[in-house]
Amino acid sequence: MEILFFYLFAGIGTISAIMVITRRNVIHCALFLVLTFLCVAAIYVLLKAELLAGIQVLVYAGAIMVLFLFAILLINIERTKEIRYRQGQSPWAIILATIVFAQIAYLIFKTLEDTPLRPLGELSPDKVSQIGNTEVIGSVLYTKFLFPFEIASVLLLAAMIGAIILTKRFLKK
Amino acid sequence: MVPLSHYLMFGAVLFFIGVIGVLTRRNAVIILMSIELMLNAVNITLISFGHFLHNVTGQIFAIFVIAVAAGEAAVGLAIIIEVFRGRKTLYVDEINIMRW
Repeated sequence: MEILFFYLFAGIGTISAIMVITRRNVIHCALFLVLTFLCVAAIYVLLKAELLAGIQVLVYAGAIMVLFLFAILLINIERTKEIRYRQGQSPWAIILATIVFAQIAYLIFKTLEDTPLRPLGELSPDKVSQIGNTEVIGSVLYTKFLFPFEIASVLLLAAMIGAIILTKRFLKK
Repeated sequence: MVPLSHYLMFGAVLFFIGVIGVLTRRNAVIILMSIELMLNAVNITLISFGHFLHNVTGQIFAIFVIAVAAGEAAVGLAIIIEVFRGRKTLYVDEINIMRW
């Protein structure tokens, strides 16, 4: 049953990711990317990471994609269909990327059958769903990972200031 | 029970679709969208390893990746808007005044 849901969401996610990179209309690409993010959030729920699924829908599909759509509508408003949309290097890029993907796929299957997986921590998924995913993440994020958490907030402040300064038109006196 | 290799393969497929998108498309906004696809593929790999190794560190790392991706998308789009105001084009092979 779980395998059925995994193949459903992985299939829809892969097809909409291929649609993202092959559509001519930029708005269609953005909407297919929203569908990809929702499928990835469903895979997170299958992996019993419910807080990450909520964060993914709220932040990625809700905030980042709305930002993308606003930017597309701000700068592309007369021309949303592309005439020639692929770079000159695209046949070479597709061939080389497929070769590297084949190498990675071989590595994944070979490593996982050679070395069995030993659990690193003691929080098995059953124990996490007993305590609650949000509680477990909260108990780790604010004690052991407090410093990266504060640095992430400083980073977001810097990104916000940078985005405002970059697009501000300075009034000429 | 879905084995770990299935999740990793899904992550690898999404990552390489993103790579092909970055290397193939001319529009700068779609290149940014492909970068977001790659970041999502990395998140899937992190969270699936965290699930199978009984560790919650994978999810913590994925939270930070999402935070950094949000900041990077904002700054990247601001840069693209500024380049469009100057060069009047969004195609990355036409923005070439610094070429030799």
